[in-house]
Amino acid sequence: MRHIISLLVENEAGALSRISGLFSARGYNIESLTVATTEDQTLSRMTIITTGSDRIIEQITKQLNKLIDVVKLQDFTEGNFIEREMMFVKVKADGESQRAEVKRLSDIFRARIIDVTDTTFCIELTGSGDKLDAYIRSMHENNIVEVVRSGSMGIMRGEKALTL
Amino acid sequence: MELSGSEIIIQFLKDEGVKHLFGYPGGAVLHIYDALQKQDDVEHILVRHEQGATHAADGYARATGKPGVCLVTSGPGATNAITGIATAYMDSVPLVVITGQVPSHVIGQDAFQEVDAVGVSRPCVKHNFLVKDLNKLAETLKKAFFVATTGRPGPVVVDIPKDITAPHIKIPYQYPEKVEIRSYNPNFKGHPRQIKRAVELLLSAKRPIIYTGGGIIMADASQELREFVRKLGYPITQTLMGLGAFPGTDSQFIGMLGMHGTYEANMAMHECDVLICIGARFDDRITGVTSKFCPYAQIIHIDIDPASISKTINADIPIVGGAKQVLIEMLKQIDMTELEVDKTALDAWWKTIKSWQAQDSFAYEQTKDLIQPQAAVEELYKVTKGDAYVTSDVGQHQMYAAQFYHFDEPRRWINSGGLGTMGFGLPAAMGVKLAFPDKDVACVTGEGSIQMCIQELSTCLQYDLPVKIINLNNRYLGMVRQWQEFFYEKRYSHVYMDSLPDFVKLTEAYGHVGIRVDHPDDLHDAMKEAFKLKDRTVFLDIITDQEANVYPMISAGKAHNEMDISPLQQKVQASLKAKGELV
Repeated sequence: MRHIISLLVENEAGALSRISGLFSARGYNIESLTVATTEDQTLSRMTIITTGSDRIIEQITKQLNKLIDVVKLQDFTEGNFIEREMMFVKVKADGESQRAEVKRLSDIFRARIIDVTDTTFCIELTGSGDKLDAYIRSMHENNIVEVVRSGSMGIMRGEKALTL
Repeated sequence: MELSGSEIIIQFLKDEGVKHLFGYPGGAVLHIYDALQKQDDVEHILVRHEQGATHAADGYARATGKPGVCLVTSGPGATNAITGIATAYMDSVPLVVITGQVPSHVIGQDAFQEVDAVGVSRPCVKHNFLVKDLNKLAETLKKAFFVATTGRPGPVVVDIPKDITAPHIKIPYQYPEKVEIRSYNPNFKGHPRQIKRAVELLLSAKRPIIYTGGGIIMADASQELREFVRKLGYPITQTLMGLGAFPGTDSQFIGMLGMHGTYEANMAMHECDVLICIGARFDDRITGVTSKFCPYAQIIHIDIDPASISKTINADIPIVGGAKQVLIEMLKQIDMTELEVDKTALDAWWKTIKSWQAQDSFAYEQTKDLIQPQAAVEELYKVTKGDAYVTSDVGQHQMYAAQFYHFDEPRRWINSGGLGTMGFGLPAAMGVKLAFPDKDVACVTGEGSIQMCIQELSTCLQYDLPVKIINLNNRYLGMVRQWQEFFYEKRYSHVYMDSLPDFVKLTEAYGHVGIRVDHPDDLHDAMKEAFKLKDRTVFLDIITDQEANVYPMISAGKAHNEMDISPLQQKVQASLKAKGELV
């Protein structure tokens, strides 16, 4: 099953390699991993998307908790949470009809065109991973120049929060 | 007081109560060695290879319960130390390893003797640090000792760039009495309700077994364990790492379990209805195939490391806590509860266990002209009156030592259980001897393992560390040969130690005493002689039966009740079967 694990980690060199190293050393999956500092400069917030049986997920959370650099951790999957990912897509936009088609599709997905040249559009889109996948599928494969995805990040709904 | 980085390191070690430092100098640690030279409080032991430093510190730590401390240089110094660090990591031994690093301004430039020590050691340390600021040096060292020695202990590496140790840059120093790490709070007290449930389950058992490991020894919980086991009257089995926590000669101890454990311990594991595991981790050498592990048992698992619980075997009642604290609490609850041990069921259970014991699974055929390796360990046990510190390397000799030396006290049996590091025994014995100069320290080894760190014989002479090396010399890498015999139709691929050195001459060249013995009749006198030479390192080269095997054995994919047993035990079983008495 797919799990979204959110972590507060010490904002120190080496913390990321400890965490990614743990996944590779123990053979766990990482679907995506995002990390950036928080309002507290000593802490980074990390979101990991992983898959595994209940037993593996239990091991992953325990092993992560064991790392000295991991301050706090929460598996969001069982709760109510919001998940978003951001994507840039550069597509070929050559000629009137193609440009109109890309524009129309982007409107449907509520994507924004953030860079325009004579031959390309760059589109920014935010949403769940599924929505991003759907957008890519809706594009003609040959038109896609490049795709950049941020990986998912998550936050709990309501008053619950992952804080110190 | 104002001190340089190097002086801070040495002063800190003094303040931390460190008496011995195992190390090897080099470019990146020259400043530290200069500071070391100017004082007498911390004794430096110059090993002959950095692997030896880590193993010696490890042996010291296991025997004393205090952290072992090493100092090595950058690059190859650090990488040579890795095997010893990984060894300590697998067996949860508190080590602090200080590695020198190239100066800060050349880090990342492939400088001479540069290696990313933090990166290289990361998978096999509990934690590691790179010191980037002289002002944080003392605090970082304190954190290293704190992390290494608390919770589930383990090795910690502190990588210190050379400029941090420069003699001309001095800052005020104060010993940091206490440090806090916000993300690190090991939990020692088990959950009271879980403990209560565990006690209830334990007392409801018809066929209980207590299975303990190195965690008891690390937690110094032997006394509590003894009280617990005796109060319940249940059988106890211990892992390779746990031997000595409960006395090996006690009638409630039914032997080591696992791949080369006793028949009775493994059978009892298979048949038990309640299993309580304290400070052990259901390692694959213990469980056999997990799908057939303890099929009838409800399992209580007590461990200080939550990640050890339900990792390989699911626990019905998990308790996260220190072995000592949880045992104390359990003892209290046993006294308080009205529930009682089911004496009738327990008697029947012991009767079954005794019938397994009667098959004497460790029995071996004595031979007239050949020394059996088991006999050599039995002789060692006799001559040292069971009171020696015994280290070992890895292989058949390690199993024989575990099977035939009956450890009555904790911290006496020192071997690399998790990583299985050949070369561990001799340097570890040095560390033990340093801690207990008046005690007999024996290293049970083989002609394969001993050659992996034999250079430390030189260290033994320099620091007057008279250990006894009991070399079970079968001219084979015995355990590998045994597997090739069993599973590869006797195709002995590269296991014959051809061109062995003359160990007696070699030992003499190192300035010690070498004795060779190849006949059973001479074994006793040779062993006696070795231990009579109190202040000499003696290398006892015992020529043993080449093709002796370690029994019983649980091979890959087999369960506890599917052991390969010795030819001798097979005969016993056949005769019991004929009499209709086989249980």
